[in-house]
Amino acid sequence: MIHARNLVRTFGAVTAVNDVTFEVAQGEIFAFLGPNGAGKTTTIKMLTTMLKPTSGTIELDGLDPQKEQNEARKRFGIVFQDPSLDGDLTAAENMEIHGVLYHVPRKQRIPRTEELLKLFELWDRRGDQVKKFSGGMKRRLEIARGFLHTPKILFLDEPTLGLDPQSRNQLWNHVKKVNEAEGVTVFLTTHYMDEADRVAHRIGVIDHGKLVAQGTPSAIKQQTGAASLEDAFLALTGSTIRDESAGSADQMRQFARMWSGGKR
Amino acid sequence: MSAIYILWLRELKRYTRSRAQIVASLGQPLLYLLVLGFGLSPVFKRAGYGSYFQFIAPGVIGMSVLFSSIFSGLGLLWDRQFGFLKETLVAPVPRIQIMIGRTLGGSTTAILQGLLVTLVCVLAGFRPVSFYAIPLALGFMVLIALLFAALGVAIGSSLQDMQGFQLIMNFLVMPIYFLSGAMFPLSNQGKVLTFVTALDPLSYGIDGMRSVLLSAATFQPAFGTFTDLAVLIGVGVILLVYGAYRFSKIEI
Repeated sequence: MIHARNLVRTFGAVTAVNDVTFEVAQGEIFAFLGPNGAGKTTTIKMLTTMLKPTSGTIELDGLDPQKEQNEARKRFGIVFQDPSLDGDLTAAENMEIHGVLYHVPRKQRIPRTEELLKLFELWDRRGDQVKKFSGGMKRRLEIARGFLHTPKILFLDEPTLGLDPQSRNQLWNHVKKVNEAEGVTVFLTTHYMDEADRVAHRIGVIDHGKLVAQGTPSAIKQQTGAASLEDAFLALTGSTIRDESAGSADQMRQFARMWSGGKR
Repeated sequence: MSAIYILWLRELKRYTRSRAQIVASLGQPLLYLLVLGFGLSPVFKRAGYGSYFQFIAPGVIGMSVLFSSIFSGLGLLWDRQFGFLKETLVAPVPRIQIMIGRTLGGSTTAILQGLLVTLVCVLAGFRPVSFYAIPLALGFMVLIALLFAALGVAIGSSLQDMQGFQLIMNFLVMPIYFLSGAMFPLSNQGKVLTFVTALDPLSYGIDGMRSVLLSAATFQPAFGTFTDLAVLIGVGVILLVYGAYRFSKIEI
């Protein structure tokens, strides 16, 4: 479903993603792990048409996300690191806008919205403005929205950041349910190793822009001789704290600043 | 096309839901209308220009259309802050449609705001030359709203965060308002002021509104209705194209 070959992305002198190759099969839940600034978000941006790779190729369901941007966008859903809901609108209205933007016909949109909002336990609150929702509810709504156009792939960029263990657990249960029922491929990033261990079929670990390990959670644990995935992760990526935690957006901004003669 | 419609509808829903904001946004026009309108009336009359209240009402209407349309465009910055912009920018919809939906939505709310202020003006004693003048003035409101909504989108697309907002307010929006002749006649001014006011697109909008709303006996247009229309449409098209260009360059 996803083929990435020799992906490279540089921002000026910084190489954010350095020769990364991986594959994600259809129906698989793939967790992409790495310390801050390792290149996770940059990779997701390249996979989701938002950023052009410096070199290397990407295939999403047989499509090149740069050349066939709109076709590719119809095939995947994405939940960003930061919220992207309209707080002044209701849950149902947020779903409706998404459905229209993704060309879901009205006849399918209405039952699908009901089904998803019920699954994500938001149906009773569908008429409430999103700004009145808790953090967990907002996240659930965003994920439900990501499934609305029946994508083949769902990208989740740190979807559980800042949620309590109950909400995190519930959220993954919902994602797993849709993954099993509809065979959606899920590509996720997270900093919670226990989540990755429990949810993901396969894991890729990225560090300093390079893919340092790939395989099932148990294979990765075996490979490093660690008891938990967390220990395996630390063994693979070291335990020093990263300074290069600037997001790719910051890097781009820095780059832009450099080239626009310090205008902004 | 449905993408344009749904984004237009979104702007409208957000507008009608912010009742407190609608009431608050009537405060400034009322202040200008009542305080300046009545306060400067004796001086204006003595100078032989007729009723200042009648004169300033179209200016106040133009002001509210200017403010609400430009702020609707700058609403992009809020959407960027709260993330909704991303949701629309990664959708499988050409960016131009998203820009058009936003701009049309923003101008529609600005026109509604203008009509609301027109109603307030009439209630406060403003009398257009005839009943039919109102639809003609509405035509000018539409042009003003589209022009400045497009300008707002162009600026909103170029700024990264809210920090530039005050700058835009003090060095762009307020000068556009004060130099438009909303509060003073553009005729018989000094060379510099005549030149600068002629550069302000809002001058043509307000001149046009006055020429349809006021009787020919009390108001002599500074430019003429044809020039007003030509400038508003011309500058409007340029800003729409420029706004669409800037919008297409936004990085997610």
